[in-house]
Amino acid sequence: MQRYLISRVIQSIFLLGGVLVVVFFMIRLTGDPASLMVSRNASEEMREAFREKMGFNRPLYVQFSDYLYGVLQGDFGNSLHFKQPAREIILERLPATFQLATIALLGAVIIAVPIGIIGGSNPGSFVDSLGRALGLLGQTIPNFWLALILILVFAVNLRWFPTFGRDSYLSVVLPAIALGLGSMGQLVRLTRSAVLEIRNDDYIRTAKSKGISQLKIGLRHIARNTSLVLISVIGVIYSYLLGGSIYIEIIFSWPGLGSLLEQAIKSRDFPLVMGITITFSFFVIFINLLTDIAYAFIDPRIRYGG
Amino acid sequence: MAVAQQPVSLGDDEYEEQGAWQRLAYIGRLLRRDRGGMIGSVLFVLIVLTAMFAPVIAPHDPLKQNLRAAKQPPAWTEEGTWEYPLGTDNLGRDMFSRIIYGTRVSLTVGFFGVLIACMLGLISGLVAGYRGGTIDNVLMSIINLFLAIPYLVIVVVIASILGRSLFIVILIFGITDSPLFARVTRGEVLRIRQSGYVESARSAGASNFRIQFDHILPNLIGPLITLATFEMSAMIFYEAGLGFLGLSVPPSVPSWGNMLAQGRKYLDIYPWIAIYPGIAIAITALSFNLLGDWLRDVLDPRLRRSR
Repeated sequence: MQRYLISRVIQSIFLLGGVLVVVFFMIRLTGDPASLMVSRNASEEMREAFREKMGFNRPLYVQFSDYLYGVLQGDFGNSLHFKQPAREIILERLPATFQLATIALLGAVIIAVPIGIIGGSNPGSFVDSLGRALGLLGQTIPNFWLALILILVFAVNLRWFPTFGRDSYLSVVLPAIALGLGSMGQLVRLTRSAVLEIRNDDYIRTAKSKGISQLKIGLRHIARNTSLVLISVIGVIYSYLLGGSIYIEIIFSWPGLGSLLEQAIKSRDFPLVMGITITFSFFVIFINLLTDIAYAFIDPRIRYGG
Repeated sequence: MAVAQQPVSLGDDEYEEQGAWQRLAYIGRLLRRDRGGMIGSVLFVLIVLTAMFAPVIAPHDPLKQNLRAAKQPPAWTEEGTWEYPLGTDNLGRDMFSRIIYGTRVSLTVGFFGVLIACMLGLISGLVAGYRGGTIDNVLMSIINLFLAIPYLVIVVVIASILGRSLFIVILIFGITDSPLFARVTRGEVLRIRQSGYVESARSAGASNFRIQFDHILPNLIGPLITLATFEMSAMIFYEAGLGFLGLSVPPSVPSWGNMLAQGRKYLDIYPWIAIYPGIAIAITALSFNLLGDWLRDVLDPRLRRSR
């Protein structure tokens, strides 16, 4: 167990290092990062001065070790557009993104898991059909389009919710629905198929033949084993929701990292773009690590295994 | 969908050496047993035909602007006319014709993007799974690395760096999506490598190349085609999303994402500009997902959707 945990932590650190390399070389894909960041009609002297200022004329390995050294100290460099450290801007926007993703996740879990369990236990019932319909809806409706429709119906026409911003507690409702619907569909499908699979396992049959009540079987065997499946999935979904909120944040002008990324791209503010990408990746890796640790604690095969 | 599914695979005796027509008839028989698969494949054929014969079907030139006819509502509203069935956009271009032409962009990106991703993933997954050892470790680390960066973030950032063109969009999707195919291929190869028939082929003296091509590759087709169907639907989503951000094909090209981006600006006054391209995306995704569910059932009886 301990060895497993330590190796997972080391693996995560290596992954993070790999992400830094990818992000660093990504903005050098076109060969000249200066022309990417300076406006097109800038003179050659201005470009040269910019290269000098950003240190782009130094050898690549010096630039990279500098950047790495900075990031290790939490320094992503200065934002070109906001003229202040990228880290400060990112930290300021981070809570909004987490709030949106967390509420979307909680909503999706609270609705999807009961439907999946009830539907999976009673295939062909009304709840089962509802769950299948939700699963299909989640897969076929693009979240950016759903966001527009929600604004049109509930904000513009009915005026129940604000159309944009993060001013009142009502503001989060529409973005969270738009963001969470796809994941909710996915969760319904997964829960349902996990329950269907577990239902036919031998130990359930044994429990039934011993005369243990339906409720007890449901709680002790089915719910427990389903939760094992769900934990690994919920981690993946949460990291997807964090990174996938870009469209939703832009449409609702939600002051999070996603809308910041769009602004940074539009103003060609690549130090900020790099910082945001690394921040996102950091949380994805961190959440995956937490998921694996939680899984190791719950699953006895790993707990007693390695 | 609510009715219990009948088993979809026929007995082995019915699927022996057959001509092409008999095979088609066999697939037809399988389709008739699954309502979802039937709907999905009919929609799929319709969508492909729409893309192929767009110039014949479309009533107007999708690029022709007509400011006097701008912002007309759809035909079934009071001010609408049947000349523009789904209304016109802010520049007076026919929405219906633009949606028909938009099918081309979406299907092109979906098809070629998946083709590149599948090829890259198949080769690297096959090598990693079959050879094992250092090559496997290196390839798996690269795959894990790509999966650690949120997909949408990396696609948006690369698209913003490389610029707007159909070719670049296809290339980005093809490369960034290939780790998924590599992972599935590798998992399947690891499983098949342990199977009895590979072992017996090896003991009969078959070369590595022959085992990979004659024994492993045919078994990969099922899972990869299923994955490809779902990924095509996902890519159509992502392309539309990129277009929505103004990072996909150039703004002059009629694509569903570009239309949505325009519709968003006029959402509260001329909502139909945003509504109909979204419905087109949803129908396409529905078709691919139903088809994918059905393919998974037929090609891999072990993973049947409704046990």
